[in-house]
Amino acid sequence: MSVSDYFKKYAIFLVLIVMIIVFAVLSPLFFTPSNGMMIARQVSFMGIASVGMMFVMLTGGIDLSIGSALSFINVVGAYFMVKMEMPILPACLLCLAISSGFGFVQGVIITKLRVPPLIATLAFMTMLSGLAFIISGGMPIYGFDKAFNVLGQGYVGPVPIPVLVMVAVLAVGAFILNKTYFGRYFYAIGGNEEAAMLSGINVDWTKQLVYTISGFCAGLAGIIMLSRLNSGQPTTGSGFEFEVITACVLGGVSVAGGSGKMFGVVVGVLMMGVLSNGLLIVNVKEYAQQVVMGIVLTVAVSFDCMSKYRMERKNKEIKAQEGGAL
Amino acid sequence: MGQQAENILEFRNIYKAYPGVQALNNVSFSLRPGEVHALVGENGAGKSTLIKTCSGAIYPDAGTITIAGEDFAWLTPKLSRQKGIAVIYQEFDLVNELSAAENIFLGKAIRKGWIIDRKAMNERSRELFRQLDIRIDPDVLVRDLTVGFQQMVEIAKALSEETKILIMDEPSAPLTNQEIEAMFGVVRRLKESGVAIVYISHRLDEIFQISDRVSVMRDGELLATMDTAGTDREQIVKLMVGRELKETFPEKAAKTGDEDVLLELDHVTGNGLKDISLSIKRGEILGLGGLIGAGRTELAQLLFGVEPIKEGRIVYKGQEIHPKSPEKSIRMGIALVPEDRKQQGVLLHMSIRDNISMPMLKALSKISVIQGRQENDLVERFKSSLRIKTPNIHQIANNLSGGNQQKVVLAKWLANDPEIIIFDEPTRGIDVGAKQEIYGLMDELVKAGKTLIMISSEMEELIGMSDRIVVLCEGRITGELRREEFDQEAILKLASMN
Ligand SMILES: Nc1ncnc2c1ncn2[C@@H]1O[C@H](COP(=O)(O)OP(=O)(O)OP(=O)(O)O)[C@@H](O)[C@H]1O
Ligand SMILES: [Mg+2]
Repeated sequence: MSVSDYFKKYAIFLVLIVMIIVFAVLSPLFFTPSNGMMIARQVSFMGIASVGMMFVMLTGGIDLSIGSALSFINVVGAYFMVKMEMPILPACLLCLAISSGFGFVQGVIITKLRVPPLIATLAFMTMLSGLAFIISGGMPIYGFDKAFNVLGQGYVGPVPIPVLVMVAVLAVGAFILNKTYFGRYFYAIGGNEEAAMLSGINVDWTKQLVYTISGFCAGLAGIIMLSRLNSGQPTTGSGFEFEVITACVLGGVSVAGGSGKMFGVVVGVLMMGVLSNGLLIVNVKEYAQQVVMGIVLTVAVSFDCMSKYRMERKNKEIKAQEGGAL
Repeated sequence: MGQQAENILEFRNIYKAYPGVQALNNVSFSLRPGEVHALVGENGAGKSTLIKTCSGAIYPDAGTITIAGEDFAWLTPKLSRQKGIAVIYQEFDLVNELSAAENIFLGKAIRKGWIIDRKAMNERSRELFRQLDIRIDPDVLVRDLTVGFQQMVEIAKALSEETKILIMDEPSAPLTNQEIEAMFGVVRRLKESGVAIVYISHRLDEIFQISDRVSVMRDGELLATMDTAGTDREQIVKLMVGRELKETFPEKAAKTGDEDVLLELDHVTGNGLKDISLSIKRGEILGLGGLIGAGRTELAQLLFGVEPIKEGRIVYKGQEIHPKSPEKSIRMGIALVPEDRKQQGVLLHMSIRDNISMPMLKALSKISVIQGRQENDLVERFKSSLRIKTPNIHQIANNLSGGNQQKVVLAKWLANDPEIIIFDEPTRGIDVGAKQEIYGLMDELVKAGKTLIMISSEMEELIGMSDRIVVLCEGRITGELRREEFDQEAILKLASMN
């Protein structure tokens, strides 16, 4: 691959760099180590959940339930630890089991009852959100053991613990995709489900697995969020699923399934973080922020899609004489 | 017309390189009005690539394409269309969910103001079908047509606009003999009306039936253009493969008839099949004959666990089995090489390596982690033993020529070392040389104690390779022939018995 191909392929990475430079020029507060860490911590929840979402999208599905799952685990975790006074570790493990379980159930509904992923996960999105409100009674739950705060607020050296967790989850995700047999199955199923099935892949099992993983990741993000906010609230995760989906799409994960790289997702997640943090630092008002964010996302994705398109047509880049006539 | 006739299409010194392959190397090729010009060559020789340069699908690196006296360095799809070139690609591109008429007018619907004029489109389609002398209802969904009729829709689509040059890339591969005859009728009529036709095929007898001239390609070069009448099969094959090639079927070892039964079907019903009783002996090649739609593929699906059986029993190695999914069947040592390569056989978006190792990926893994070294070794071994033409095993399958994709599908199943292999049309779209290799390979498999079931619409292949032929018709077995009873007439008679 030539240098220019390389850049075209990672165009989105260039967009990220340009964005960082722009913010750095606009504000001296932006390009500092401490702000860098801040961005990393802000995106850690998104980064953790994006691994699960990416797996689901690779198989050609989508998971809309993760935002509600995050809220639900937030509330339930608080309920376990505060109201029921469960010890931290069992409570966290139980939360992970529950969110994975919900993911698994969605996988079963999608594969066995043949409900389209969009609908099945939309139903869970509504349901889990409702449950979160019922359990919390609409009120924040707080009053945790101090030790629990470490997870969301602690540091190892200069690095916040949520960032470490995110890096670990991303690394495990990349490992699954590149090194394990079922990681390869994700790509196969998303590209051509029938051929995958005829190659002996247990398609149903694999899909159940990706929704379970997605549920697990959402749950993990929920627990860390709980520790970070120090209170369980039923609205914590609203809109979260769309941020995660956007990050994945920005990172080049195909909505149709079958293609996407972990590196791209990392870039997509960082981009989301840089954008919201940068806009805040240069004092863009909240609603204006949303507008700018929408525009930048459109431009970034278009840029990426265009350069991929160009690369496919690279063969055709003989000097564009009119109509090709000699 | 004669020798002096001016060329309507001419390629001069065309080059095209892909990473690691020179797909076209100084190719010059010409086409006269009203001729059928056959283009032959091994898989990956560059036939489809050459075609794509004049349809505007790809741009040549260098060279000139002359259409009716006008010179071009490259073409766009639109320009190519305007100049009267129509292409029927190796893989169909019809939309299954639309009607025949809608497909014909896809992207160029006839309109009255803003509204699509369905009636006019149907009328025009009917007229096209009449010209081609075929009977298709313009309203019928393409999905509901047989492959043969789908092909006709493709041709009608190509002719729906002013066409002077029709290019057909392996049009006969999915067709039955009858359907091929019908298509030839259409080709002859077009030729009489002055259309120039490029005809690509791996079936050499077709070349002699239909073409006026024939050009042979090898490794991206066009070696020779000859009058078809002045050449013969042997010469063409020799040019294609670059050496003498004996086109024969492997010698058969006589079967004693008392080999043990490996697989037995006992009054099996389901998936469109009725009351199938059949036994397959270890180490034999059982041929399944019949027309398209006779239920041969359906039988393969039952054995491979794609579809469930409704009634009856399947006994494998003395035990009753219930094939429920391909995954389970594979574990029991059954493999299926499916007939629809693009939809069912190959994962086009993945690499050759990923494709070949897929069925045994789990077995190649230790605690879920793929053993990369072993995987690569395995894939490399099959890449060279099947002579898959590619710079490296990380090439995306979509970039391979059609025939090489088929080899990838074969490799994927052989790598898995199964006990029974069901081949559904194993040599479709494969060149003469590779065909011989595949026959040789099947023979080796049988000698190594494997059991093969082969579905084939190519009569010679069926007769040449099988130890025994079972003929199906409309979901039932209508007869069984032993080797000494093999005879084309007899098979055809059983295939259309009801
Ligand atoms: N997009 C591509 N990228 C890389 N290599 C390609 C691409 N398209 C074709 N090739 C290579 O170019 C060569 C010629 O391919 P082509 O499809 O023209 O063969 P063909 O003669 O049509 O073979 P077949 O009879 O199997 O259809 C092959 O080696 C193929 O792998
Ligand atoms: Mg071809």
